[in-house]
Amino acid sequence: MTSTKMIRVLIAKPGLDGHDRGVKVIARALRDAGMEVIYTGLRQTPEQVVSAAEQEDVDVLMLSSLSGAHNHLFPAIMKELRKRNMNDILVLGGGIIPQDDISSLKTAGIREIFGPGTDTRTIIDYVYEQTTQKNRSV
Amino acid sequence: MLERKEIAAVNKERREWNENIPKRGERTAEGKASFETISGLSIKPLYTPDDLSAFNYLRDSGFPGQYPFTRGIQPDMYRGRFWTMRQYAGFGSAEDTNRRFRYLLGQGQTGLSVAFDLPTQIGYDSDHPLAFGEVGRVGVAIDSVRDLDILFENIPLERVSTSMTINSPASILTAMYLAIAGHKGIGPEKLYGTVQNDVLKEYIARGTYIFPIRPAMRIVSDVIGFCAKNMPHWNSISISGYHMREAGCTAVQEVAFTIADGITYVETARKAGLDVDEIAPRLSFFFSAHQDFFEEIAKFRAARRIWSRIMKERFRAKNPRSWMLRYHVQTAGCSLTAQQPFLNILRTGYEALSAVLGGCQSLHTNSYDEALALPTEEAVQIALRTQQIIAYETGVTDTVDPLAGSYYVEHTTQQIETESEEYLRKIEQMGGAIEAIETGYIQGEISSSAYEYQKKVERKDRIVVGVNRFQMEEPPPEGLLKVRETVGELQSEKLRTLRGQRRNGDVQNMLDEIRRMAASQGNLMPSIIDAVKAEATIGEICDALREIFGEYRANTSF
Repeated sequence: MTSTKMIRVLIAKPGLDGHDRGVKVIARALRDAGMEVIYTGLRQTPEQVVSAAEQEDVDVLMLSSLSGAHNHLFPAIMKELRKRNMNDILVLGGGIIPQDDISSLKTAGIREIFGPGTDTRTIIDYVYEQTTQKNRSV
Repeated sequence: MLERKEIAAVNKERREWNENIPKRGERTAEGKASFETISGLSIKPLYTPDDLSAFNYLRDSGFPGQYPFTRGIQPDMYRGRFWTMRQYAGFGSAEDTNRRFRYLLGQGQTGLSVAFDLPTQIGYDSDHPLAFGEVGRVGVAIDSVRDLDILFENIPLERVSTSMTINSPASILTAMYLAIAGHKGIGPEKLYGTVQNDVLKEYIARGTYIFPIRPAMRIVSDVIGFCAKNMPHWNSISISGYHMREAGCTAVQEVAFTIADGITYVETARKAGLDVDEIAPRLSFFFSAHQDFFEEIAKFRAARRIWSRIMKERFRAKNPRSWMLRYHVQTAGCSLTAQQPFLNILRTGYEALSAVLGGCQSLHTNSYDEALALPTEEAVQIALRTQQIIAYETGVTDTVDPLAGSYYVEHTTQQIETESEEYLRKIEQMGGAIEAIETGYIQGEISSSAYEYQKKVERKDRIVVGVNRFQMEEPPPEGLLKVRETVGELQSEKLRTLRGQRRNGDVQNMLDEIRRMAASQGNLMPSIIDAVKAEATIGEICDALREIFGEYRANTSF
């Protein structure tokens, strides 16, 4: 164990989508990489996702949707985060997200989108890099 | 297969062969230390009669159309009739999907399969706040019987069989299908098709649960009981391993968990007073055709044998139709890649071939663009043509179960049977599938398999062409299907019209009757049929049931 605080991650499934193979694999991979991981389970409203992020005091929020509702749900979550002044959380997205939608999601504040076939080590490296840049020594 | 003496002679010759072949050291083509199937079963370099020393042809294989049905459920299989070519389809409004259905039938598809959107599957009307952004996205939006009427406009229900992938609200969609058939003058006894109605796998892997498990099982049983008495050609459940396989389980786990669920459905129906031979002939199944070609063929053969033995020996079913495992297959969605998507045409082709060599009754082939979006017409046409090429060009349909007797396939069939039965014993010791789901055992086994697989891919112990090897720079995909953004508004508008036109007092009375039936022990179907005819919506009926049954809470373990 290092003396630094562990990175805390909330993995969320907003909306009605039931595909959770990807988030469960990523949850285990992040845990094995030394992060603290909390999973919301399926069918969370944007408000529920943000409340969980607030209560759990997380550094990173990962959103997954494979049902095509990301253009509605992800920006709604970003809006709720801003409303509660939770601007320093790193928010990432994943699932079936068409190329055309990525730029508007990034404009809404999602830092990066990871699509099908992404190596979990790419995500782990990205999270370490982004959270370290902020203020942390890992 | 052979006499002991003959096997001994083969073994002796084999030892000599082994000594005389030039030594290649420990080197293998890909530098692998060992060979295993995609599910992790180890594979020997060579299979011989010695691997089938415990195999008894008449006991373990028998003839097609006969117990234990290892070689198929029909004596002549595809010589008599091809499998039903049934593409899962649905998006946008009922009008959009009706157009796609008629296109598919025009292209030579022989059955329909309805994909519903998530609000429909979870029992919310399109104007419910939780439906926001989800209406018409992954399937067609259905709120009331009016939408279903449009969905099947100009489609002859007495000739085309329809499969509906609907689970928690299966009772409601069955009632609606009966109602629209009634509008066309077709009685329940003339309807062909399937309602998925398999809630157990929703808690395990698929996620469109509504009610807690036990009341949900009571609704399942009500549907099975109603169909047994009124719809002689209707499959009242499709017990599904497909979604567990998609969630990452192995071939053995797919067989074991599906059959464990099947056992639980039979037991539940029996506790509700139904006789096993009354319901078992209308139970159907649904499996994946994954990438490991021979393992999949063996899996289908093993599943048929296990189920028939359970039905005959454990449940003492007398009717041979009760012993048959009849099933639909879909090629593995999780094997599709977003990278170099045209390669998915080939993956799907091999998977479909294994489904046919395994003896399926109906088949869906995935479209090459489905790792990116719902499929375009062009992509669906190629997928359907893939089945037609297998049926009409390859010749694999001309004899029954052509891989029987292959030392490897028969051995793997036995191995999958043995290992599945070990899981079944374990689940039995826990008290059955419901208990194994409530404790999270089945979900945990699947997640572990999915994680192990992912690690193998990342270590390159598993090669995925175009993903971890043979990658290339490619332009972003073009021409993907986009669902109209306005479907949500369109459905909300239809709901406003409906609520303005129907007799709302009648609807309230019908919903009260559903609440009363839910709180009692009687079969829910008649009250749901009445409500649907009075144009109650799916959301209203599910809300009435939620009041009595409560809701299932999401699982947060991983």
